[in-house]
Amino acid sequence: MVLTSLKPPNEIFTVDLHLWPREWYAVENYATAFAKAPLFRFMLNGALVCVAILLIQVLIAVPAAYALAKLSFRGRELCFALVIIGILIPIQVPAIPIYIALAWTGLLDTYSALILPFSVSAFGIFLLRQFFKTFPDEIIDAARLDGYSEIAIVWLVVLRSAWPAIGSFALFEFIYHWNDLYWPLVVLTDANLSTPPLGLLFYRTQTSGSDFGALMAATTVITAPLIVAFLLVQRQFKQGLAIGGIR
Amino acid sequence: MMRNEAVPLPDVTPTHRQALSVRLLVSPAMFLLLLLVLIPSALVIFISMTNYRLGASSLTFVWFKNYIDLAHNPLFRVSLLNTAIYVAIVLPLSTGLGLAVAMLMERRNLLRPFYRVAYFLPATATMVAMATVWQFLFLPNVGLFNQILGLFGFSGINFLGRPEIALYALAAIGVWEGVAVNSVLFAAGLSAIPPHLYDAAEIDGVGSSWERFRLVTWPMLGPTTMFVVVITALKALQVFDTVAVLTHGGPTQSTEVLFYTMYTEAFRYFRIGCASALTVVILALTIALALIQVRAMERRVHYS
Repeated sequence: MVLTSLKPPNEIFTVDLHLWPREWYAVENYATAFAKAPLFRFMLNGALVCVAILLIQVLIAVPAAYALAKLSFRGRELCFALVIIGILIPIQVPAIPIYIALAWTGLLDTYSALILPFSVSAFGIFLLRQFFKTFPDEIIDAARLDGYSEIAIVWLVVLRSAWPAIGSFALFEFIYHWNDLYWPLVVLTDANLSTPPLGLLFYRTQTSGSDFGALMAATTVITAPLIVAFLLVQRQFKQGLAIGGIR
Repeated sequence: MMRNEAVPLPDVTPTHRQALSVRLLVSPAMFLLLLLVLIPSALVIFISMTNYRLGASSLTFVWFKNYIDLAHNPLFRVSLLNTAIYVAIVLPLSTGLGLAVAMLMERRNLLRPFYRVAYFLPATATMVAMATVWQFLFLPNVGLFNQILGLFGFSGINFLGRPEIALYALAAIGVWEGVAVNSVLFAAGLSAIPPHLYDAAEIDGVGSSWERFRLVTWPMLGPTTMFVVVITALKALQVFDTVAVLTHGGPTQSTEVLFYTMYTEAFRYFRIGCASALTVVILALTIALALIQVRAMERRVHYS
């Protein structure tokens, strides 16, 4: 079954079916795909949105995770409980009110609609907190003695050792948001802003599914970056998966 | 520094000013969590008790009418049933096969890196893309599966077009995706089993591999298995992409599933009150499902 996913690139190339392509239709198929649908645009959108989401998430999650892991303050338990709740509630539950809010503020059909709702990742906060807990206290104390403020400690001292954890988390989130169909489907009607999955959906309905060769070509193009990214960071991903669990 | 001298270290607990910066560290996250998760969730429950439609200028409280309507709604019942069937198929199959694949991958052989990539890849791939590929395979007459059937002399099956079969076709896709994810989880769990347990078992005279599995592997996999089961069940309950891309709930509502129904209610028909009620119901089911499974397995699992 899995091998099938590796075969399509071959099957893509012919319209009439055999396991190995008879005629190499590759050029025509890919050209059609790129001509009929702005595949680069979709990928660009995907990249833009995912990177933006990631940056904001890290920006917000790192300090929070640090505070929850290393500092004691009034209301800490409450904050942590809030994080746990954030993890437990699936995204579809807040979806409707967020959609309404976006409609009221006129932000539907914009990049903001795609990015902002995901700006806080409870999952990320949790993951990073677990990681920060293992950071040696002595280094932090030494930094405090040297006069570093807490904020400086977060970004200058602790962050450096957190890269592996952040890396796994980033990969996770990137893949999740790249592949997300639900939310873009809900908030976008302008195909120019589509992320890859939504773009593919639009393209499918446009071509009425008869030109499967080109369709498969489009599919391959959209999946390719993920495959490449995956191959590059295989090990980290599996570790992250085992540690953090899956959404 | 000599540790056995009682020299007090300087007090480095955060001062009042530092307490302020702590608040600064945490407040963006907390604010956003409130704004994006907690308040909307409360709102959903609130809206579910009204008859709000998007664009309406006012709404009225109807208390539990939405829920009662839901219970009588035939579409909801079909949706519930379909989702239940889907989960009932996907859960055991993707767990069992995932475990089998993980165990096969354990054997060291030359093809192992290839298998790893091949089997895990589906988990990272875009569901829309994969669904399209599967649709291609399912095509009547021309799709791979039907071609294979043709070789054996069977007439073709229109997998996605026949109401009796469509749901099971989607379930097959779900299993495929589940196996990808679960095999990695199980592989991680398997690698965490200390090898000396196997040695001890051998010394104790445990011979066959089935016995080995039953007495060492399976019990030690307990926590992993529980995790896999819960995750797989929840993911199955939340199936959406394949329905949205391939069947749109058809043919004749045979693939109507809970999340898709919620989507159409909210964003096609804009019956927000009704959709919110559905959301709450799904949330309740999700929590119930997770709790039941955890409860059932906690008893059987032992953490070493």
